[in-house]
Amino acid sequence: MALAPPITDIELLRSHPALAGLLAWNAAAVQAVKFDRDELTIWVEKDAIREVSAILRDSADCPFNYLADLTCVDWYPSEPRFEVVYHLLSISKKERVRVKARLDGSSPAIETVTSVWPSANHYEREVFDLFGVRFTGHPNLTRIMMPDDWEGHPLRKDYPVEGYR
Amino acid sequence: MVLNMGPQHPSTHGVLRLILEIDGETIVRMRPEIGYLHTGIEKTCEAKFYQQVVPLTDRIDYLCPMTNNLAYCLAVEKLLGLEIPPKAQWMRVLMNELTRINSHLVWLGTHAMDLGAMTVFLYCFREREDVLRFFEMVSGQRMMTSYFRIGGLALEPPLGFFEKVKKFADRFPGNVDEYEGLLTGNPIFMMRTKGVGHLSAEDAIALGACGPTLRGSGVDIDLRRDSPYTGYENFKFNVPVRSEGDVFARYLCRVAELRESIGMVQQALAGMPEGPIKADAPKVVLPDREKMKTQMEALIYHFKIITEGFSVPAGEVYSAIESPRGEMGYYIVSDGTAKPYRVHMRGPSYANLQALAKMCEGQLIADVVAVIGSIDVVLGDIDR
Repeated sequence: MALAPPITDIELLRSHPALAGLLAWNAAAVQAVKFDRDELTIWVEKDAIREVSAILRDSADCPFNYLADLTCVDWYPSEPRFEVVYHLLSISKKERVRVKARLDGSSPAIETVTSVWPSANHYEREVFDLFGVRFTGHPNLTRIMMPDDWEGHPLRKDYPVEGYR
Repeated sequence: MVLNMGPQHPSTHGVLRLILEIDGETIVRMRPEIGYLHTGIEKTCEAKFYQQVVPLTDRIDYLCPMTNNLAYCLAVEKLLGLEIPPKAQWMRVLMNELTRINSHLVWLGTHAMDLGAMTVFLYCFREREDVLRFFEMVSGQRMMTSYFRIGGLALEPPLGFFEKVKKFADRFPGNVDEYEGLLTGNPIFMMRTKGVGHLSAEDAIALGACGPTLRGSGVDIDLRRDSPYTGYENFKFNVPVRSEGDVFARYLCRVAELRESIGMVQQALAGMPEGPIKADAPKVVLPDREKMKTQMEALIYHFKIITEGFSVPAGEVYSAIESPRGEMGYYIVSDGTAKPYRVHMRGPSYANLQALAKMCEGQLIADVVAVIGSIDVVLGDIDR
């Protein structure tokens, strides 16, 4: 089974329920799209993440009411360094979509989506703990896995696998 | 008053620490504290070859090793675009459902023991022993099986394996009747569970609950049926859903799942196809021992896979399966090399834990034990 090449043309993907709603709302917030291995990825403006989330959740024909996963990828040393990744699921329509926002490495911060999906709370704390990405407006942004006095963020690429000795 | 429960408390099923703000016996607020088992598996994965990650996945959710293996293997196979032969797929379904039975038996036993019913625990562990013996037969290991590999299975199932599973599958529904006879109509058990730890469907979705916790609140979702993987579309089964949303509803969902699982084991045994157990991809799948010793080419491939791994085309996938506890997802980013750039494990217990506070607030301290049992937490899955 050969892999089909990814589709990145926004016009070809316009009919996908997640993308249609976003483009109708504000086409400028969508930076790029990719359809690869049967999965749709949408890159959005980081300042618009909360509005984008609300639009996707409240969409009439395909509400993405379930935040399946929230995580981060570190592309050190290239910039923008961080990508915050949201995996959404529509329970009624069984559709999935991946939303991404790019952040700078110098002081990575993005607005929280806990007001849209309360389940984002622990996931955002985990990303804050392990990557050092701040979520502005988060109700309780503290470390969750590592001890409170830990130095550094272990899942960053410039953090050694063996830890600091 | 603030009461500290755990991390060394037998009913927290691991090292979960709960900080309870209480007013008399009633819980006003609850805050879970986790991270005591954090071992940085996600970071470790980034330093390993793709095939070396498989044994790590066993150790996340140690009660259902095979579903973790499967979720990871499916994700890598999706990245590679690998096609898996039918026998391997059916074996995967068979072992997956046995894993679900294994996991649910541990849950049922410990959950009942938390509520004071000792006998059920002994009965459940009696049957679990049989399931662990099946794991040992196919993989040589009782718990950390690593039986599913990228591209298929590690080994052919041994002679006599299917007959033994068949015997077990014929007997097991009677065992479930035994457990139900002890619990389902038991007035003490019902008083401890009915109406306790209520979670509405809206809250369950908003708080990200998954698996039987979500289905116990009346949300009809099961990834095996909704987005079939590894050949689940060939199987007939019902998805038990209860609308009550309390501890008892989640109990009923899981017990009904035990019966559905054994039905699927029967179907898998009856329809098991013949053929190879590994995909035809010499650069990814290790060659047979016999071939390796007789053919130069096979030996070269073996050497290359072991020493330098295999490169995976750049890209990213999120592959989710229905583990006994809910949606187990793997998000893997590949940069085209032989080691994964990023592996993220979306553990179902981690998601369910967020709903715990909502279920416990307003309840009595004694009910916390029942509620923890009903979401079936595995701390290895939460802390990773």
